[in-house]
Amino acid sequence: MSMALASGHKHTPPPLEGGGLGGGVGAASTPPRNLDPLRGSSPQGEREPRRRYRKQRLLRKGAAIGLGVFLLIWTLLPVYNMLLMALDDDADEFTGSIFPPDPDFSSFASVWNEDYWLMAHFWHQFGNSIYLGVATMVLTVLIGSLASFALSRLRLRRSWVVTDFALLTYVLPTAFLAIPFVHIMHKYGLSDSLWSVIAAMVAFATPYAILILHQYGKLIPMELDESAKVDGASPFQVYLRIYLPLMAPALVAVGVYALLLAWNEYLYQYLLLSSTRNMTVAVAINQFFDSDEAPWNYMMAIATIYSLPPIVIYFGLRRFMVAGLTMGGVKG
Amino acid sequence: MSATQQVLGFGRQLTTYESRRPPWHIRLQGSDSTWAIAFLIPYVAIFAAFVAYPVVFGLWMGSSPALYGLLFTDPRYLTTAINTLLFVAIGVNVKMFLAFLLSGFFMSRSWWVRSLLVIYLLPWALPGLVVFTSIHFMLVTQWGLLDSLWRAVTGDDGPLFLVSTWMAMTANIVSYIWKWMPFWTLIFLAARMSIPQDIYDAAEIDGASGYRRLIYVTFPLLANIYLICTLLSCVWTLGDFPTVYFVSSGAPARTTDVLATYGFHEAFDFGYPNLGVAAMMSALPLLIPLVILLMRRVRATGVQL
Repeated sequence: MSMALASGHKHTPPPLEGGGLGGGVGAASTPPRNLDPLRGSSPQGEREPRRRYRKQRLLRKGAAIGLGVFLLIWTLLPVYNMLLMALDDDADEFTGSIFPPDPDFSSFASVWNEDYWLMAHFWHQFGNSIYLGVATMVLTVLIGSLASFALSRLRLRRSWVVTDFALLTYVLPTAFLAIPFVHIMHKYGLSDSLWSVIAAMVAFATPYAILILHQYGKLIPMELDESAKVDGASPFQVYLRIYLPLMAPALVAVGVYALLLAWNEYLYQYLLLSSTRNMTVAVAINQFFDSDEAPWNYMMAIATIYSLPPIVIYFGLRRFMVAGLTMGGVKG
Repeated sequence: MSATQQVLGFGRQLTTYESRRPPWHIRLQGSDSTWAIAFLIPYVAIFAAFVAYPVVFGLWMGSSPALYGLLFTDPRYLTTAINTLLFVAIGVNVKMFLAFLLSGFFMSRSWWVRSLLVIYLLPWALPGLVVFTSIHFMLVTQWGLLDSLWRAVTGDDGPLFLVSTWMAMTANIVSYIWKWMPFWTLIFLAARMSIPQDIYDAAEIDGASGYRRLIYVTFPLLANIYLICTLLSCVWTLGDFPTVYFVSSGAPARTTDVLATYGFHEAFDFGYPNLGVAAMMSALPLLIPLVILLMRRVRATGVQL
C-alpha cells in the first residue's frame, strides 16, 4: 500500500471527481514527484537490495490484488443474491444453489405485465416513486438555493440563527421524528398523500442543500453581485441571472442528493402512504412480507427494477455526487 | 464550470473583499434585508411546519414521566438499549477504522483500483430496503446464498444465522458496515488527497516511510476529521432504522431490536405512540452531548460538514 502511495502523484483530484467541482478541495497544486526514493538511493552495484525490493513489490501487489478480489465479492454478494432470486423460476422455494440452475426471466416479464395481484399497479407505483423523487429534487433545489442566496449574499443580520438550525436539522437522526410526524400529517390532512412524504424529504434535504451551496458560493466573488446591482439589477435578478447559472454544478449535486434521498428512504413512505393507488414501489415491495403467499422471485424482480434508477444515476452523475461530498457535505 | 473559472481568473482574492464594506452597503441595507427575508420564507416555513413542530410535538408526546417508568420496567427495552449501544459502538468504530485503512488502498492510481472504487461505492447509492432485504434472504433459511456457499466449501449445512441472538446482531452490524463503509471511505479518501505532498516528502527525509508514515503523518493530520466523522456517524447510527428492521427484523423473538425499531413497533404495531416516542427520547441523554461535542469540534477546527 505504501509503495502505491509513494509513487503516485498525490495532488491530482480524486478519481471520481474529474473536472467537476473539485476546485474547493485541495486546490493547491504541488509539482509531481520526479524522484523514486528507493531506486534513487540504492547504488547501481548492489544487486541484493534490488532483488529484495522486487520481491517485496511483488508481494505487495499480490496482497493488493487479494484485497481487491475480496472487496469485489464483498460488495457484489448481496446484489448477486438479489439477481439470483429474481432469476429463479420457482416462486416460493429457495434454490439452495450458488448459480442459477436455469436462468429464467419470467419474473421480470410478470412484473412488466403486472401479472400478479400484489403488483397489479406496479407501473403506477413506479410513477409515484418518480413523482416523489422529482418533486423533492425540484423543491429542494429551489428552496435551498433561495435560502442560501439570502444567507450568504444578502448580508442579513443574525442570519447565523438560520444556518445553525439548518446544521442541527442536518445532524438529526430522521427516524426519531417519524412518530410525531405521522400525527402531524393527520392534523394537516395530508395522510396517505405523496405530498406528506415530499414535505418530509424536502425538510430533511434542504439543510444539506444550504450547507453545500453556502460552501460552493464562496467561490463566486461578491464583485459580480455588486456590479450587477450598480447596473440596477434587483436581488432577484442577481439570483436568477448570476447566482443560479454559476452555481449549476453545485445545484446538480444537491438535486441528485435530494432525488436519491427520496428514492432510497423507506420509513416515511411506509408510514405515510397506505392506499394502493398512492403508495410507492418501496411500500409495495414490503407488502410481500405481509402476504400469505411468498413469491420471492417477483419481489426480487421488483427490487432489481427499483434499484436500476439509482444505479444509472450513480454511474451517470457520480462525479457530482462525489463532489457534493468533498465540498464539505457529509451525509449518505 | 468554465464560467466560474473565468470569474475566478479576474476575481479579487476571496479573503480581501469580505473585510471591505461596499459603498452602497448602507444605502441598500433595508431593501437587501427585505429581499433576504422574502427568500428565506420558504425554508423557514418548511422548517417550522415539518421539523420544529414535529420536534416540539414529539417532546410533548414523550413528556409524561409515567411513560419512562413503564419503559424501564420492560425487559425488552433494556435488551434494546444494550443492543443500540453495541450497534453504535462496534458498528461505527469498526466501520470508521476500516474505511480509514481502505482509503489508503484506494489512493493507488492504477486503473483496476480506480475501477474497483466505482463498484465499491455502489452500496452507497442503492436503496437500503433492497439491499438489506437481499441480505436478509441470504441469511434467513438453510437455503440462503450464504448457507449454499458454506455447503459448497465445507460440505456441511451452514448455521441458521437468525436463530442465535449473537449471530443476528453480528449480521446486523456487518450489513450496516457493508452499506455505509464505502461512503466514509470516500470522505477519508478526499481528506487524504488534500494532504500536501511536501509533508510526506519532509517525513521521508526524516526517515518515516511505510507504516510509520501512516501513524506519524497521515493519522495525526486526519485526526480531526476522523473524530468529527465518528461523532456524526454515531448520531446518525443511534437513529438507524432500516438495517435492523430488514436484516434481522428483531429476530430471534425481538432480541436484536434497536431503539428505532423498538419505538416503531411500540407505536405502530402495538398502538402506543407515546411509548414509542419515549423510547426514542431515551436516547437524548446520549444524543445531546454527542451533538454538542460535534458542534464544538466543528466550530473549533473549521471542518465543514
